[in-house]
Amino acid sequence: MYRETEILKEVNAGQPDVFGDLVINVGPQHPATHGVLHLVITLNGETIKKVEPHLGYIHRSIEKMDESLSYRQFIYTTSRMDYLSSHINNHGCAMCVEKGLQIEVPPRAQVIRVLMDELTRIASHVLWWGAMAMDVGALTPFFLAFREREMINDIMEESCGARLTMNYMVPGGVMYDIHPNFQRKVKEFVDHFKKKIDEYDELVTNNVIFQNRTKGVGYISKEDAISYGMTGPAARGSGVQCDIRKLFPYEVYNKVQFNEILDNGCDSFARYVVRLKELRESLSIIEQLIDNIPEGDFQAKTKAVLKLPKGEFYTRIETARGEFGVYIVSEGGTTPYRIKFRSPGFSNLSALDHMARGSKIGDMVAMMGTLDLVIPDIDR
Amino acid sequence: MIKEELKIKLTELFPSATIEDGEWLNMNLAVGDFLSAMEVLRNKPELNFDYLFCETCVDWKTHLTMVYHMDSTQYRHQLVVKVKLDRVKPEIETVSHIWRTAEFHEREVYELFGVNFLNHPDLRLLILPDGWEGKNPLRKDFEDPVNMIKL
Repeated sequence: MYRETEILKEVNAGQPDVFGDLVINVGPQHPATHGVLHLVITLNGETIKKVEPHLGYIHRSIEKMDESLSYRQFIYTTSRMDYLSSHINNHGCAMCVEKGLQIEVPPRAQVIRVLMDELTRIASHVLWWGAMAMDVGALTPFFLAFREREMINDIMEESCGARLTMNYMVPGGVMYDIHPNFQRKVKEFVDHFKKKIDEYDELVTNNVIFQNRTKGVGYISKEDAISYGMTGPAARGSGVQCDIRKLFPYEVYNKVQFNEILDNGCDSFARYVVRLKELRESLSIIEQLIDNIPEGDFQAKTKAVLKLPKGEFYTRIETARGEFGVYIVSEGGTTPYRIKFRSPGFSNLSALDHMARGSKIGDMVAMMGTLDLVIPDIDR
Repeated sequence: MIKEELKIKLTELFPSATIEDGEWLNMNLAVGDFLSAMEVLRNKPELNFDYLFCETCVDWKTHLTMVYHMDSTQYRHQLVVKVKLDRVKPEIETVSHIWRTAEFHEREVYELFGVNFLNHPDLRLLILPDGWEGKNPLRKDFEDPVNMIKL
């Protein structure tokens, strides 16, 4: 039987209760929640007794909406869920439709997809790095992060036509071929970013104030992380092997060399370190692939109207925040009968209460920051 | 454990369940056997399904089906458990004491499908605003002339 590890069930047990309980609301409009997340926190003095997330301020019922959209259309609603890794969400949905129709994706499209995924991952982690540093009081990293993110957005704009919700994946490949400048620009970015990432380490990682704010904060053990369904860098900071790219390789991930970053620190700092190391791994994947984009089609030939056979299809994909799952139930028609998105942020958020109990209210932001919550992803 | 071994093992352990092949094994359970079977799946050392990565529900118009996708981080085998529920009065035992992630997922299913989870520690609306009890948006017969856009 699963048992919770030692946490402070009863805060200040045995001591006289001088203060009484205080309930405060963080959000829905609060700069540190990065969106409309509403937390109701019960405090005893400065110690957190309970955290209750209230969700739904940006709930659009995407799952219901998708039941009336075709298999080509529904993919693009997922860009609006996790808008920082919209590319990877689209990719997961496209893969699920391909699985149902048994479409073989051409090698060129596979490599382009992986390149775009890794660029998205870098953009997402970089933005997180800036926002996380801002949450704990350092303003400069936020501007530095946007400098690098802007370069990636420019690359995306040229090839995909959009900067945030790219909508580049279609069942069977990608929508257009890459821009002629793509390879040159990506190489320029890689050279630029390699130097900057050392700067990131100097500026924030090795900063003693930052370390004091994050070390030993937001502790969650490996067993608890699994039980709460945590995935992505947040779980890998607790030593859980959960990288879908390694465990169930898709596209060309089994042909490139990269490491799954694990850290046994289990605290906010460990989760921070995992993300920074992942940036380097993503760079290495891009370097291996950028000169080896095979020639050929960028899209498989598919029918104009897609009809999935009767059955159930599930795909798992690694987004910047963790495991994203797409579950399609098909009745054989042109629209899905039922669709479910397993979003990584939803499960990661559910662990927040467990993490926060017994710690001080001042550490709350440092805990939330390293979970990397994107609210539309949680609310859907 | 590879799929065939897992299938043999599961047929031994749960003679009343029907097991179907698919991308992953699908096990159909009756509501009565459900909780004890889930505890076995989690606690039996050679099965050790410790990671419930998706929990959801499907409305089939005549009945509801709860769908549990689970994975073992130790052996890396997957299993899908399905339970048929009555559509008028859907009730099932909670699994939130076995997998903590189920607490949030069950609250979501409760409000979107109206499934009542017995012994759930905190069964309240999660995403929908107050006053939505009794109207379940993801059911097929849900109508909302104000908020719903039909395409």
